[in-house]
Amino acid sequence: MSGDNEETLTAEETPVDEKEVEEKMISPEKAEEAKLKARYPNLGNKPGGSDLLRKRLQKGQKYFDSGDYNMAKAKIKNKQLPTAAPEKTEITGDHIPTPQDLPQRKPSLVASKLAGQVQFY
Amino acid sequence: MSCAGPGGGSNDVQWCFSQVKGAIDDDVAEADIISTVEFNQSGELLATGDKGGRVVIFQQEQESKNKPQCRGEYNVYSTFQSHEPEFDYLKSLEIEEKINKIRWLPQKNAAHFLLSTNDKTIKLWKISERDKRPEGYNLKEEDGRYVDPNTVTALRVPVFRPMDLMVEASPRRVFANAHTYHINSISVNSDCETYLSADDLRVNLWHLEITDRSFNIVDIKPANMEDLTEVITAAEFHPNQCNTFVYSSSKGTIRMCDMRAAALCDKHAKLFEEPEDPNNRSFFSEIISSISDVKFSHSGRYLMTRDYLSVKIWDLNMETRPVETYQVHEYLRSKLCSLYENDCIFDKFECCWNGNDSVVMTGSYNNFFRMFDRGYQQDVTLEASRENSKPRSVLKPRKVSTGGKRKKDEISVDSLDFNKKILHTAWHPLDNIIAVATTNNLYIFQEKLN
Repeated sequence: MSGDNEETLTAEETPVDEKEVEEKMISPEKAEEAKLKARYPNLGNKPGGSDLLRKRLQKGQKYFDSGDYNMAKAKIKNKQLPTAAPEKTEITGDHIPTPQDLPQRKPSLVASKLAGQVQFY
Repeated sequence: MSCAGPGGGSNDVQWCFSQVKGAIDDDVAEADIISTVEFNQSGELLATGDKGGRVVIFQQEQESKNKPQCRGEYNVYSTFQSHEPEFDYLKSLEIEEKINKIRWLPQKNAAHFLLSTNDKTIKLWKISERDKRPEGYNLKEEDGRYVDPNTVTALRVPVFRPMDLMVEASPRRVFANAHTYHINSISVNSDCETYLSADDLRVNLWHLEITDRSFNIVDIKPANMEDLTEVITAAEFHPNQCNTFVYSSSKGTIRMCDMRAAALCDKHAKLFEEPEDPNNRSFFSEIISSISDVKFSHSGRYLMTRDYLSVKIWDLNMETRPVETYQVHEYLRSKLCSLYENDCIFDKFECCWNGNDSVVMTGSYNNFFRMFDRGYQQDVTLEASRENSKPRSVLKPRKVSTGGKRKKDEISVDSLDFNKKILHTAWHPLDNIIAVATTNNLYIFQEKLN
């Protein structure tokens, strides 16, 4: 929390009413951050760090090898498949795609609707 | 920012609805999601790419004397399947067919060329017209069947006869296997011979004629991936200096590189970065500072960047901070928590310049898009919606109310539809004609002419 806006008070001298003033001066961004941390206490402090970036680099990777698959099956045997977990990390290997989940792989042979439409007016 | 004048936008330009392309129904198929929009250098052609790997090209019809009130309409000229889904068996990776970017080559002859790219492969497409066909062969019937030579008694010279215009698209080059990570940008060099492609960690230089090799000119992959702190988000060549290009990062910096300095441009010639107040730093700071698009001005003097909440104009001669900053939707700053939860905070908005670099445009949520007039210091918010789609109806400026008091016709932040995002917009290089893509529709707006 930034106390630098106050000119005379040091960190030790923060009476109750000073804290109130501080709270009012929290930027909306910091207030949102507090909200997020309250909901996800396990969230790390390095949002732009390698976890987020590596997840981004691996975008789209849903498949894995049979070793992962069997390990995950063993884990899941004892409990239900978790529905959308609150944490934002997806561990490859824990998510088992079923044939129904897999997106269609064939190309869009249907013509784009942008080309097919009669003029709107 | 001061509010827009009564007409909205720059210099009292009023924008009218012209056309909308795409299906009306709300049930949007994934494949129909528009992923890129681009005018060619003359503005005569407008290309769109979608998630289904298809490209649709519209052509502006010649201005007719019957309708002096409007500039030509855009009609479908050509459409083709550019990319198809692939599977990388070695990495167990699905390769999406979604077209990430389309870039036109400057026109050299009757045919048109464009580069289109998905995550891994760039293709050069030739779009050409055929309006005559040969007729009168001696050994072939019109339908192609071969004629028994013994029945031929006289010879004739085949001639070309006019036919209905046919527009053909053919892939002329395929530039593959050069990117380990996902391609986010392609940019044609002003030399018209080379182009660059950029993925999360590398930038490659290609020659348009050569597909079996490309030069790596930027590589920011750390030796240890645990040390990864930033990725490349966009890259572009300077519009007239063929040795200069820029690339932006997820940390909000832009690096300008000079290819004359070294073969590998890991050392930047210039680094554009706005100093950040450490007191204002939050969990979201880096995420919202990530640059989603970078565009040189037509003049080549300025650079525009788009991050989550703002558009910044940089003077190439000043690296320390932008010369202009425009807030696109500052009211979202107090919604960052939910925007992080629904992943909207990672939306990649693009931005564009008008023909004379006086106005910039970018998209927002609720199918709103924003224009900032740099000279007149005015801005306007407009909406692309079917409700405002009567021919030549003037678009009314929209306003989002931030405080408790909501005026009539204003919309409150909580009522915004975050699924209706305008990520892709394009401005005709010469005229006041803009193309705005909603999720699956393409809107064309024109300046009201009197």
